[in-house]
Amino acid sequence: MLDIKNYVKVQSLEEAYELCQDRKNIIIGGMLWLKMQNRSVETAIDLCDLGLDTIVEKENEIHVGAMVTLRQLEQDHLLNDYTYGAMKESVRHIVGVQFRNLATVGGSLFGRYGFSDVLTMFMALDAYVELYHGGIIPIQEFANMRPTPDVLVRIIIKKSPLHVVYMSQRNTKTDFPVLTCAVSQINSDYTCTIGARPLKAVTFKDENHLLDSSLSDESIEALANDIAQKAVFGSNLRGSADYRRRISKVLIRRAFQQLREEKKS
Amino acid sequence: MNVKINLNGKDIEALIEPDMLLIDFLRSQGCFSVKRGCDTSNCGLCTVLADEKPILSCSVLAARMNGHCIVTLEGLQKEAQGLAEFIADQGAEQCGFCNPGMMMNAIALLKENAHPSDEEILDYLAGNLCRCSGYEGQLRGMKAYIAYLEQGKENS
Repeated sequence: MLDIKNYVKVQSLEEAYELCQDRKNIIIGGMLWLKMQNRSVETAIDLCDLGLDTIVEKENEIHVGAMVTLRQLEQDHLLNDYTYGAMKESVRHIVGVQFRNLATVGGSLFGRYGFSDVLTMFMALDAYVELYHGGIIPIQEFANMRPTPDVLVRIIIKKSPLHVVYMSQRNTKTDFPVLTCAVSQINSDYTCTIGARPLKAVTFKDENHLLDSSLSDESIEALANDIAQKAVFGSNLRGSADYRRRISKVLIRRAFQQLREEKKS
Repeated sequence: MNVKINLNGKDIEALIEPDMLLIDFLRSQGCFSVKRGCDTSNCGLCTVLADEKPILSCSVLAARMNGHCIVTLEGLQKEAQGLAEFIADQGAEQCGFCNPGMMMNAIALLKENAHPSDEEILDYLAGNLCRCSGYEGQLRGMKAYIAYLEQGKENS
C-alpha cells in the first residue's frame, strides 16, 4: 500500500527540487510503479501543473517533457517519423492504452528500471536527460548514476542522421519484456542496446567493426554472436540467463536486418 | 483536502484524503460500475475517461483529477447499452465482470478511431483482461456494433 500524508501540485521546478531534498518526499511521475510499492510518503510531489507534457521540435533537437505520457510517445508524429516508428514499437506493448495514458516518460527513466522498454529506446537514440540541478547529461551516464534527489525536467534528442529499430520479446502480450533490443545507426556509428536482461539496458558499439557496409547477413550474425557472448544476462521468473542469451542473438539479427531494409527504402 | 471534479457532467466538490485513489472516490460517489479487479494496474476493469482519455482509476490520485472531467459507465448509458447488446449477441458475456472496463475502453477507442481494423481493436483492448472468453466474441461483437453504427449513418 502506498500511504501519502500530503499532496502538492508544485508551481515551479524550484519548489519540486526543494521538496524532493527530503527523502520522505517523492516526485510521483505517473505513480504507476510507485503505487505497487509498500511505502509511506510524507509529501507526494506532482509536476502535472508545470507544462512538462509536451513534445517540442527545436532547430537541432527534440525536447520531450518529463510528464509526457507513454501514449503521447506512441502517437507523436514528429518522434515516430524521426524514429521510423520505433518509438511507437517500444511502448505499444506496455500493459494497455489506459496505463500508457498515465505512465510518464520521466517516471520511466528516473527509476532506471531493468525492465524498461523506454530506457532501452532512449539509450538507442543517444538522448540526453535534463535534470533541474544536475544539468544536461548523456542518458548513458544517467542510467549508471545512483538516483540523486533531483527533478528530471525533459529528455533531449539531438537530431542526427538516424536509423533505428526496436524489438522486444514477451512471454505474453502486455507483460514485462523478457528482453528488449534497439539497434541504431547514428551518423555512421552502429549501436545495439539490450535491456530487460533483466538488468537495466546497456549499449554496445560495433567497436571491432564486425558489420560491413552492406550489412550483410554474415556480418550481422558475427556482431549478434559477439554481443550475445559479451552481454551479462540474469535469470528471473520470466526467463533464464541462457534463454535470454539465445533470444538476444535472434533479436539483434532481426533488428539489424530490418535496419538494412529501412535504409534501402 | 478539497477537490472539484466534474463527474458525469455534474460538478462535485468533496473533502478527500491526499492518498485517495480515483477509483475509491468514484465509488464513494455511487459509481459502482468502476471496479477493482487486480489492483496491479493490469486488468483494465477500473477504466474511466479523464478529459475523454481512458485511464486506470485504480492508479491515479483523486487529488490529481482536481478540476478535470471524469466520465464513468454511469454517464454513458446510451452508448453502453447499444454496445452491450452486440457483445451479448456473440455470447462473449459470461461472468460479465470485465464488462464495464471493456465497454469504457471500447467507447474510448471508437471516439478516437471510428473505423478501427481488427488489429487496432485488439491492440486497443489488450489492457482489458477477460478470463472467461478468448476475446474472439468481444472482437466479433465490436465489429458488428461498428457495422451497425455505419449502417445507421448511411440510412440517416
